[in-house]
Amino acid sequence: MIDYLWLVIALPLAGALLLHAVGRRIGEPLSGWLASAAIAGSFGVSLIAAIPFIRGEAHEAHHLVLWEWMPAIGATLEIQWDALAALMALVVTGVGTLIHIFAIGYMHGDPRFSRFFTYLNLFAASMLTLVLAGNFAMLFMGWELVGLCSYLLISFWSHKPSAAAAGKKAFIVNRIGDLGFLIALMLVFSNFGTLSFQGVFERAGEVLDGPTAVAISLLFLVGAAGKSAQVPLYVWLPDAMEGPTPVSALIHAATMVTAGVYLVSRSAAIFELAPAAGMTVATVGAITAIWAASIAIAQTDIKRVLAYSTVSQLGYMFLAAGLGGYVAALFHLMTHAFFKALLFLGAGSVIHGMHEEQDMRNMGGLFKVMPRTGMTMAVGTLAIAGFPGLAGFWSKDEILGVAYGKGGFASVLWVVGLVTAMITAFYMTRQFVMVFLGKPRWAEGLHPHESPAVMTVPLMVLALLSVVGGLINTPLRLGLEHFLEPVFEGVKLAHPPEGALMFFLLAGLSVAAGFAGIGMGYFAYSRPREVWERFQGGFGKLWPLWEKAYGVDDLYGRTIVKPGKALADAAAFKVDLPVIDGAVNGMGRLFAMLAGRGRLAQTGFVRNYGATLTAGLLAAVVWLVVAGS
Amino acid sequence: MTVSAGWYMTLAAALFSLGLIGILVRRNALIMFMCVELMLNAVNLTFVAAGRAWGSIQGQVSVFFVLVVAAAEVVVGLAIIVAIFRHRSTADVDALSELRG
Repeated sequence: MIDYLWLVIALPLAGALLLHAVGRRIGEPLSGWLASAAIAGSFGVSLIAAIPFIRGEAHEAHHLVLWEWMPAIGATLEIQWDALAALMALVVTGVGTLIHIFAIGYMHGDPRFSRFFTYLNLFAASMLTLVLAGNFAMLFMGWELVGLCSYLLISFWSHKPSAAAAGKKAFIVNRIGDLGFLIALMLVFSNFGTLSFQGVFERAGEVLDGPTAVAISLLFLVGAAGKSAQVPLYVWLPDAMEGPTPVSALIHAATMVTAGVYLVSRSAAIFELAPAAGMTVATVGAITAIWAASIAIAQTDIKRVLAYSTVSQLGYMFLAAGLGGYVAALFHLMTHAFFKALLFLGAGSVIHGMHEEQDMRNMGGLFKVMPRTGMTMAVGTLAIAGFPGLAGFWSKDEILGVAYGKGGFASVLWVVGLVTAMITAFYMTRQFVMVFLGKPRWAEGLHPHESPAVMTVPLMVLALLSVVGGLINTPLRLGLEHFLEPVFEGVKLAHPPEGALMFFLLAGLSVAAGFAGIGMGYFAYSRPREVWERFQGGFGKLWPLWEKAYGVDDLYGRTIVKPGKALADAAAFKVDLPVIDGAVNGMGRLFAMLAGRGRLAQTGFVRNYGATLTAGLLAAVVWLVVAGS
Repeated sequence: MTVSAGWYMTLAAALFSLGLIGILVRRNALIMFMCVELMLNAVNLTFVAAGRAWGSIQGQVSVFFVLVVAAAEVVVGLAIIVAIFRHRSTADVDALSELRG
């Protein structure tokens, strides 16, 4: 089956091409089902190909060269199939399939229905190119392609100016990160002479000295921070919520934004050589986690809460990966994909049922109207809040355990993580209570309705995964750890402290933090609106600060965007127009003038031409006579 | 007494200059055309004279070629002049200065 691995990328790509060509003719809903079938097939192929890893029979990475592109620099179209690639491919295609199916219901009636699925399939193919790549060149190709798809899908409803602006913002902020990534790749190439993973990671220890390893790692972090929305490049992700909700679930929660975590994990061999860079990654992650979580507290848009929550959870993953807990990071990546996709799709179902209403202050009491969405959302909320036994509990606990076990400065990060866990539980409960419990606050005449089965069934599957997904890597049975072990063969992995007592102590602490958050959220928001407004007032000036996300957008607007625009303006109208265009146009004018003179020689009188000819002839004769004598 | 080649050359030069002056000063297309023929034949004369002086047949052969080409050229040239005259009722070349820059 491994020889057919190219199908994993080819199926969604073929789906995208087919839908691009004939999607309009196929129409709704068949094109949606076609796209879903393409990615489901991709899931099937990767599942079969992953069986040897799951059974523990295969350990070595399998390489499949599709096309020798630039073999001299190690840039080929090459699939590297190992446990890490398999895990990522399964998450992308598995969650992707459910989201594709959900989107068939969500996008019902959209005039560009089949175009939407073209983009979704193209995104899936790009993301799979990214995670299956066997060298940095192909990884970068996928990296840029997912950025493009993200742009196309954020601004899918491009008739809304805000959506078009959000797409541009995402693309431009990502470019800043990509620049760092690109420089890192140049450094890698100049040190190793190749871009292939094998050639780089196996020799990393002997080739790289300390400072170079730190430089490459930090530049990787810049790239990863752009793609995975870490401080200070996270600002694009909340705005990306302008896109259709399935896009938010697929790209801006479950898959694309985890590419940074994947990059750091994949490059573990390099980060291993740069402990300082690893600590920087962890610190950036911790800062992002608590920063975004505190913003999420005060948001009123149902999707913005989830967006900041995603930024915060990605911070968790960076925290773990930076400390060497790659398995913990990837574990959380997987469980987060389950419950965050569930929460986003649930939010999409709510928005759909509320006829495009996104403000949570106008919701409330939806549980009775939308029981299936409500139930699944409750599962998702508990999972992310770290309710014991659910997926988020296991993965978050492992991350906090890694931070605690590392000691030293990492203990500070552990405290930050613990506080973030409490805040997370608080704002998620706040969201659930505001949307589903209490008295209805929606406008007269609005009739919310439960979504059709095509939307609720994916929700239920994701809810199931959010419940049992954590069981693949519990302290009792480290399934994922063994699964990923061959990938991190030469890397010293960080682990939570051993022993049942430590586990119960740490888990007890984070569960206590979670319950404190849940309790606070419930008691503050299950009462009438005046009560929770008084509660919010209790935070004083902090609440408005959180509400406008610390004013970071304004700050960037004043310090970067405005000078940048002024610079562009100066370059365009003070330099380009008078100097560059002036030189070109001046050249044109000069020759027009010369031609104006020259044309006077053409009188149109045969006599003049004859006289010129004669003069030339005479001159030639004279010259011959003079020179010849 | 034989006439030396120099006399032929002088005559040819005189004929050539006559034709050239004719082209430069006359405005009637037909006359100018005849002047061109005069110049051609002046050159032909130099060929024949030079051929005889050196005892070579090549001079005469060249002249035959020139005559044949000139005949073809006359056909085309006269046709053009007739066509222009039909269009404009004039053969004055100064009236045909559309190509002035």
